[in-house]
Amino acid sequence: MASYNMNQVRTGLKVLEGGEPNVIINCDFIKPGKGQAFTRVKMRNLLSSRVNEKTLKPGDLLDGADVVDTSMQYLYSDGEHWFFMDPDTYDQVEADAQALAGAEQWIKEEDVCNVTLWNGHPIQVKAPNFVIREVVQTDPGLKGDTSSGGSKPARLESGATVKVPLFIQNGESIRVDTRTGEYVSRARS
Amino acid sequence: MTGKGADWRPTATAEAIRRRAAMLGELRAFFAARNVVEVETPLLSAEATLDLHLDSLDCEVEAPGLAKRRMYLQTSPELSMKRLLAAGAGSIYQVCKAFRGGERGRWHNPEFTILEWYRVGWDHHQLMREVASLIETLLAESRRLEPAAYETYGELMKRHGGVDPNGTPTPALRQAVERTSSAEEAAGLNRDDLLSRLFVERVEPRLASDRVTVVFDYPASQAAMARLNARDPRTAERFEAFVGDIELANGYGELGDPAEQRQRFEHDLACRRKAGRPEPPMPSRFLAALEAGLPRCSGVALGFDRLLGLDLEARRIDELIAFPIERA
Repeated sequence: MASYNMNQVRTGLKVLEGGEPNVIINCDFIKPGKGQAFTRVKMRNLLSSRVNEKTLKPGDLLDGADVVDTSMQYLYSDGEHWFFMDPDTYDQVEADAQALAGAEQWIKEEDVCNVTLWNGHPIQVKAPNFVIREVVQTDPGLKGDTSSGGSKPARLESGATVKVPLFIQNGESIRVDTRTGEYVSRARS
Repeated sequence: MTGKGADWRPTATAEAIRRRAAMLGELRAFFAARNVVEVETPLLSAEATLDLHLDSLDCEVEAPGLAKRRMYLQTSPELSMKRLLAAGAGSIYQVCKAFRGGERGRWHNPEFTILEWYRVGWDHHQLMREVASLIETLLAESRRLEPAAYETYGELMKRHGGVDPNGTPTPALRQAVERTSSAEEAAGLNRDDLLSRLFVERVEPRLASDRVTVVFDYPASQAAMARLNARDPRTAERFEAFVGDIELANGYGELGDPAEQRQRFEHDLACRRKAGRPEPPMPSRFLAALEAGLPRCSGVALGFDRLLGLDLEARRIDELIAFPIERA
């Protein structure tokens, strides 16, 4: 991979720091009055999500990290690993629970997810922003209540539990925003 | 419209373009009222700064009667303006473009507008007060500033950085830097780099944003073209002016001694050679002017775009200049 000096680093670049992949989230060029210039780089570790700062002076280099974002289809899980397939090459990868980080409760076979690969291994899986899932368990709501007031928990076929309006019944499909975990609407199916 | 297609447009707001013109008018009125004369000197010159940390852009020039030669875009008008001072011009100012290679960031563009002025017969303390007054005057429409604060570099470093720039040994400075950076990062830094780093990281964020802070008595090793303090030669007659953490101006009680100036240039050239940086020629016309006699004076350079930025509460220099380097 390429290396980057203080003039080449930029937001969004994926670099290695402490042997782990990081994404640069901010770069500040600093030039003290009569002193040596440097670039202050803020980066997020893609494995731990921790944010670190580092300064680069002339001559310092950051190594690039082989990190790519890909769209992959979710195939199945054996309970320990989640398997995804590149729809073009049919290559398969297996992701662990750390990479899923909660995405597993939203996804269903055949969903196309954003999978971040580091040296070919998945380090982060993001569920699609919106999914339509069937409600498999919720208490019966009050009949006729079609609008405001009150909500109740509902478990989805993929495993997540979300708050839904009282009129939602078992077997209905609903649209959910996976980023906030919030109910959006009933889905017409 | 895609990004590429919009490249012809200015990044400055219409308000910034108008305010820049108005502020230039105000600064000319400021100096006219004080009998400081506006001058023009070449942006492109055969002589350039030798400061290790300034990068002059250069080009080759050839014309009828003029043999091909390497010339430099100025990093500030200092060398030329001091030649005017030595020729008896009296107190002068200039507002013009300056160029610094390798500098691009939130508050840097390789081409920028600089205001530089010299006061003949003044010491740097008198000039420090005028710098604060100019900043307060030009910002008066947008913000009411508290009276300026005047602090020594040493005092600020003791208070916020926990080190004495004129006493703390270098290994202890390194340890202080390592507290916020890694040992690996601190390893390649020399004493002045370590001090600069501590100043940027510990002191600058603590400077008040509702007043001008003038920092003076910089360490002698960072004197640049300032005289050393007669009373304490560990420090120099150099000052900087800040509003918040924005560095606006850098000034000196000007060094007039040609022998000492030549020695500093030779030291700068040696540092440049060691660092593998370009070595512009010894500025001989400038040194000849000092030989002829620079009157006792103080001078200062101020980043005009940044001052405009404070006035408009801009978040980056791109909001203030029509076409930053990527669109120039």
